[in-house]
Amino acid sequence: MKLPGRLERSSLGSLILIAAVLGCSAAAFAYSAGWLSPGRLTPDRMIAALTPPSGPPLGHRRNHAKGICFTGTFEANGNGVELSRAKVFAQGRYPVLGRFNLGTADPNAVDATVRVRGIGLQISAADGEEWRMAMINPPFFAVSTPEAFHELLVAAGKKEPEAMTAFTRANPEFGAFAAWAKSAPWTASYAEEPYNSLNSFVFTNAKGDEHTVRWSLVPTAVPVPIAQADLQKRGPDFLEQDITDRVRSAPQRWTMVTTVADPGDPTADPSRAWPENRRKMQVGTLAVQRIEAERDGPCRDINFDPTVLPQGVRVSDDPFPAARSSVYRKSYDLRASEAGAYPRNGAAKP
Amino acid sequence: MIRAPHRFAPIQRLLHWLMALCIIAMLFIGVGMVSTVAPKYLPLILIHKTLGVALLILVLIRLALRLRLGAPPLPADLPPVMKLGAKLSHLLLYGFMIVMPLLGLGMLWAAAYPVVLFGGIEIPALLQQSDRGHTLLWNAHVYLGLAFFALVLLHLAAALFHALIRRDGVFATISPLPQRERMKPAE
Repeated sequence: MKLPGRLERSSLGSLILIAAVLGCSAAAFAYSAGWLSPGRLTPDRMIAALTPPSGPPLGHRRNHAKGICFTGTFEANGNGVELSRAKVFAQGRYPVLGRFNLGTADPNAVDATVRVRGIGLQISAADGEEWRMAMINPPFFAVSTPEAFHELLVAAGKKEPEAMTAFTRANPEFGAFAAWAKSAPWTASYAEEPYNSLNSFVFTNAKGDEHTVRWSLVPTAVPVPIAQADLQKRGPDFLEQDITDRVRSAPQRWTMVTTVADPGDPTADPSRAWPENRRKMQVGTLAVQRIEAERDGPCRDINFDPTVLPQGVRVSDDPFPAARSSVYRKSYDLRASEAGAYPRNGAAKP
Repeated sequence: MIRAPHRFAPIQRLLHWLMALCIIAMLFIGVGMVSTVAPKYLPLILIHKTLGVALLILVLIRLALRLRLGAPPLPADLPPVMKLGAKLSHLLLYGFMIVMPLLGLGMLWAAAYPVVLFGGIEIPALLQQSDRGHTLLWNAHVYLGLAFFALVLLHLAAALFHALIRRDGVFATISPLPQRERMKPAE
């Protein structure tokens, strides 16, 4: 029996071994956490790139910071059952909570200055199963990968114009988006915009058949093109006033249209639209029935994380939904911790 | 044949090593998933949630077994300060094992996220959305998680200290290896 308390020569080796085990464990932990990899694209770095020079919009979403809440229904016509066993595709009406928003980090942006308009949706099945999505009005995304999106934000934030030139040279897919931003007609209403998933998802039906799908919300309201200069003559919140007025007089509707990819279509790259002749199907109608200010509205507390999916829908090889989920989560954590800075109560804007 | 009274029961040893592996995986996945925007973020967070709930169930079983079957006594010649350290660190380990999954669930509930585990199992929310609640639970989950890792390292160091330096039979009480390991001829 060894005498306790006395260190032998072999104990020195044991001590070194223990120290080595602890050191390696700690180093592996630090590596996992990214503390040894400053080059890793973390949600924190993405949010830093989204943050305007004037500082973060405390208490607000880090992007699409300006928005207005709505409630309504999704009326499924039953066609979607062929593609996915998601319960909300079975014929019926399902409650919807949503948010119209602008693609800007400024919660007080002037509506006429923001090119990208979006919608966040949460559709609930009868048993409470949720499907959340966040869609925007361009027909394709600006870049091919989350890394390129980060580089775009960094380049756009630089003062020297060469930064954007260099970015476009390195990411030629951005040219199509820039052309859309420059030439696509503006409208004067959230109700006249289409909203596109852009990201692809895999739909699984009851038989287990799988299809890779993108979808769009196509407005029933007829889009009326209007010059941006004319919009700038309107008030800073004309979009919010317009949608409030429209919904007060009648529910506003969008048709949800799914598009199925053919084999070989670029399912992993949202910057590339699929050919027009792909199979499209109308699966239901979104009816927006009530508008509420975000301040005390029900959408404020919801993270429209596009990976909150029902059974029958899962992510595809498109890398964006995972990246968005990671960054949206961080944005939510931040704004929840800054809730004191959010102007929660009070109808009037400062 | 000599009976060995100074070991944990086989089911306790099995649970210890199974949970040890899972907890270490949880800690690494936890810090890894929140620092990436890569596609692996989604499977990592799904594993983290599923394993977290599984560990919560396992620790309750383990605690019941511990209360029923007890633990082998520490060596009589162990200095009192080390005995106290052993007792306290085990209490803390149990505390972390119980509290960490609850904080994780709580922070998800308080953020109005549906908690869906592997296989589509959904855990109903027991808390309402709350900015303050979410922030508190999220901070607690993060910082206690880091403290948990530090305690796991301390536990590992103590285990190796008992096994390699003191060679006092403490490691054998939980060792996954068969009985003959501690029946050394020198004894």
